[in-house]
Amino acid sequence: MTSPPRQSALAPFGAEAIATFDTTVVLTIGACLIFGIVALLFFVAVRSPGDRLSHTQGMRLVLVAGAALPTLILAALLVYVLPQMRPLPVPPRALGVSAVGEQFWWRTVYRAPGQPVLETANELRLPVGQTVTIELSSPDVIHSFWVPGLAGKMDMIPGRINRLIVRADKPGLYRGQCAEFCGLGHAVMAFDVIAMSPADYDRWLADERRPAVPAADPAGAATFAEYGCGGCHAIRDTQAAGRIGPDLTHLAARRHIAAGMLPMTVDAIARFTRDAPSLKPGVRMPAYPHMPPADAQAIGRYLAALK
Amino acid sequence: MSLHDQDDPALRAAQEDRLRKVWEPPSGLFFRWTDTNNNRVGIWYVLTAFCFMLFAGVLALVMRTQLAIPANALVSANLFNQLFTLHGSVMMFLFAVPMFEAVSIILLPQLLAARDLPFPRLSAFGYWSFLIGGVFVSGSIFFDAAPDGGWFMYPPYTTRTDMTGLGADIWMLGLSFIEVSSVAAAVELIVGVLKCRPPGMRLNLMPLYAWYILVVAVMILFAFPPLIAGDILFEMERLLNWPFFDPTRGGDPLLWQHLFWIFGHPEVYIVFLPSIALFAMMIPTFSQRHLLGYPWIVLAAVGTAFLSFGLWVHHMFATGLPKISLALFSAASEAVAIPTGVQIFVFIATLWAGRVVWSTPLLYALGSIAMFVIGGLTGVMVAVAPFDWQAHDTYFIVAHLHYVLIGGTLIPLFGGLYYYWPLITGKKLSDRLGRIAFWVLFAGANLTFFPMHFTGLMGMPRRVFTYPAELGVSGLNLASTIGSFLTAAGVALICLDLALSPRRQKAKRNPWHGGTLEWLAHPDDENWGVRSVPLIESRYPIWDQKDFVKKVDEGRFFLPDAEEGRRETIITTVLDARPLAVQRLGGPSVKPMITAVALGSVFILTTYHMYWAALVGSVATLAAILWWLWTGTAEIPEKDEKPIGHGIVLPLYLSGSASPGWWAMFITMMADATAFSGLVFGYFFFWTTHPVFPPHGAGMEGPGVFWPMVAMTLMLAAWGLTVAARTANRRGGVGAARGLLGLGIVLSLAAIGAGLAGPWTTALAPSLHVYPAMVWTLVIWTTAHSGVAAIMQGYTLARSLAGRMTPKHDADLRNITVYMHFMALTAIVTYATIGLFPGVA
Repeated sequence: MTSPPRQSALAPFGAEAIATFDTTVVLTIGACLIFGIVALLFFVAVRSPGDRLSHTQGMRLVLVAGAALPTLILAALLVYVLPQMRPLPVPPRALGVSAVGEQFWWRTVYRAPGQPVLETANELRLPVGQTVTIELSSPDVIHSFWVPGLAGKMDMIPGRINRLIVRADKPGLYRGQCAEFCGLGHAVMAFDVIAMSPADYDRWLADERRPAVPAADPAGAATFAEYGCGGCHAIRDTQAAGRIGPDLTHLAARRHIAAGMLPMTVDAIARFTRDAPSLKPGVRMPAYPHMPPADAQAIGRYLAALK
Repeated sequence: MSLHDQDDPALRAAQEDRLRKVWEPPSGLFFRWTDTNNNRVGIWYVLTAFCFMLFAGVLALVMRTQLAIPANALVSANLFNQLFTLHGSVMMFLFAVPMFEAVSIILLPQLLAARDLPFPRLSAFGYWSFLIGGVFVSGSIFFDAAPDGGWFMYPPYTTRTDMTGLGADIWMLGLSFIEVSSVAAAVELIVGVLKCRPPGMRLNLMPLYAWYILVVAVMILFAFPPLIAGDILFEMERLLNWPFFDPTRGGDPLLWQHLFWIFGHPEVYIVFLPSIALFAMMIPTFSQRHLLGYPWIVLAAVGTAFLSFGLWVHHMFATGLPKISLALFSAASEAVAIPTGVQIFVFIATLWAGRVVWSTPLLYALGSIAMFVIGGLTGVMVAVAPFDWQAHDTYFIVAHLHYVLIGGTLIPLFGGLYYYWPLITGKKLSDRLGRIAFWVLFAGANLTFFPMHFTGLMGMPRRVFTYPAELGVSGLNLASTIGSFLTAAGVALICLDLALSPRRQKAKRNPWHGGTLEWLAHPDDENWGVRSVPLIESRYPIWDQKDFVKKVDEGRFFLPDAEEGRRETIITTVLDARPLAVQRLGGPSVKPMITAVALGSVFILTTYHMYWAALVGSVATLAAILWWLWTGTAEIPEKDEKPIGHGIVLPLYLSGSASPGWWAMFITMMADATAFSGLVFGYFFFWTTHPVFPPHGAGMEGPGVFWPMVAMTLMLAAWGLTVAARTANRRGGVGAARGLLGLGIVLSLAAIGAGLAGPWTTALAPSLHVYPAMVWTLVIWTTAHSGVAAIMQGYTLARSLAGRMTPKHDADLRNITVYMHFMALTAIVTYATIGLFPGVA
């Protein structure tokens, strides 16, 4: 894949964003027309020699063009947009996804009826054509969940759960980003969004439910354990069971590390492991300046193999 | 004195000498700064606000440089967050609002042909507070301690002391101090408009700028207090760990958003309506005719102000509020475009009907209207909730708000500068340089902000210190950065023009041929304002009233003299401007400056948690205020009345609802009551968001019924005694009045104890849960007001004992009675809410 994932409201792939895009076009055309007319009126008014407009005519202009017309246009606009504020209908037994905004990454949880709960991070996968309710919350500060191509944004507010109902209509690779200022790492809090056919989606879910791939080189896993990485990160079916940072069970199946910041390569993982704070401001993962680069590489190789 | 007395040139010269002496500004290295005259203080105010604008502009240039290319490493995330927080905060709190107040302080007396504002020392106090607070907040960035939570300061990020440092306290306390000075200036301006108009200038003859001052000052009065209430809760959480915004202990971050935007949305109109007001002065001048549709534009201004208080939720469309409230606020947000449309079309119709004289200020006016209309139209777009869900918190909003603020505040202000410069300095600015500057500025602003509409929709959120090249917005960002430097070049050209001004020739009087009173100003202006206070019969007296300027200059109207050597202005009735009295005005004094320094020390020391020192500062502030009031207000004149010409004789002392002092107290208490209702709103907001409120558990059992009822009874009795003292005093019962006031002090003090006894005896623990915190806050607010009541009663008693208050000269007692009315209301609401409401709920 050559073109980067799109994060644009002008390239919508979700039902909500497509409807909003159409509204945007209508609003833009309307705004341009009104601006043109007002500008023209000013031009005529300034150029006109005195006494071309009587007091009565002037007052009529103010009444009609200044008050009555705007009222009519705005009333029509309201009638046009109000129905769009109604959320998509949600079928019973729909797929449920939770997205939790944390400083400065995304915890994603998938709940399908009759299946165990699955937790992963910094990536949202959606089956095309299915309506999904995304529950949004935050344990620390306010974040905002925004995938411009999918739907408008909604805030993640501590103490509340907001529900965003979406439907991806076109498969592809997209990107989302935090839209509410949340601290030092606000600018580097993104995630990948992958809209896939329902069959691919089910296959992916099944893959994600597998236990972690056993380490080909036990040294990497040992180094990972030795530095206490498992205190914050979980790799299912190993000693690592931390809940503070992202789940790494199938890290290598994702496209990026560090919430959309760095590519999924051994080098990037190794660099991030040794010195996360300099690569990502505000990150809660500490730097390990005394870690030998070879150890970082070993951890990188281990994690990059967790398909 | 008959009309013909003024025919004698010798008499006129003698009058002028007396006026000149009375209004002579103080001189000397230090004492020149003790001036209180609106001309001087207004100019300091304008220059200071202008410097803050340049400072915030430089911050913006640093940000634009950082964002010129993707993944730039010029500034750190930490510094960038301080830059955008300070840029927004300074532009809003230290430039836009103070600049309106500063310009109004200069212009209002001229527009009303008054000699000065009713409380010149209050203006000076406001200025010094503004300077101290502004330097404190702005300077913090040089110590890497500037606020970094965004100008909206959303908790819980900003209330978590482990995430945000001193900067958040500097924002809250420093800007609270400035909000106090903004409210003080608003009180001054409202009373100025209502009570200091020249005889005959009924409300419907008022220059439109005065109307807008009235509307905007009233908006400040009701918009700032909810923010002050929010600031109080915010600092209680940061300094004392009271959990108003912490959801783990029952708080709610959304309460702050409500309080902030109840302030924040009217704020937009507070900074934009003054520009419409400037247009409403310039456009008739350059169309050489009356403004068409005077009642329409006044109604539109009032309507905009009214609607602006009902729109705040459109800043919260993405917080997941119920759809029905979104629909309602969408509709209201669109509706505000209607009065705006009326105002714009009034200008079109006036220009169309008149013969337009092309000029530099008009160029600025029309250019800014063009930008403002674009900002208004994108405003209608974001009022549509589904579109806002995309645009919110992206660069689209950055584009929208800068079109509104540059088109609606900055460029109009530059236009106003070119228009009113001759009024202030007697010299014109360069037309040529002005036009070049305009086009550079206009091109720069559009190049900066137009691309941002696309930047935002293409996925770039606000408040990001960096963006990846893959986002595909690098070209747009580079264009914006180039544009920002072009904008800066335009502003620099204007500064150059201003700097060259002292070398230019004096212009002739009224160079634009304006028709309103401010153009009475003479290039070699005297400090006294107008030579005589005219009788007004028209909205454009210079155009319409025969020999108007000549009569004013020859002192043929009112108050052409200062026989007793005192600064004076005429007080008139609120609606129809009948002359009521001659008000003696305070002259140069060091007291406002000392009071501002003392009050500033309270806020600044609290920021650094130096509570004992802050307490000393508070006592010093109280002492300074009492000293100021004792020596400078409600002075008993040496005679009862004096003639002002044309056979009219006016009293020299007013008390009660006819007097400016009474109005100032009433208006201040409206602001106070609004802040209080912000706190009460907090209590009931939590009641609606909790299934069980008050909650149950140790440390959370309410204050009971007994003590709150005792406190309420005591406070109502103290109120009754004050009212009785006022009546007794008026009837000559000086001894009875003193006794009643003395007893009132005792009851007010007792009410403090009884009020605090409620939550104290039930051991309500405010850091445990939001309910006890809310109860304690209401109790502290109310008992603090009881304490102020006791001080006021004591002050009035002392005035009576010192012979400075008599049955006839009872302004002090009348004024504190207004305070006590509001006090009684506060006590009833607080004690009924905390004592009785839990039983009902």
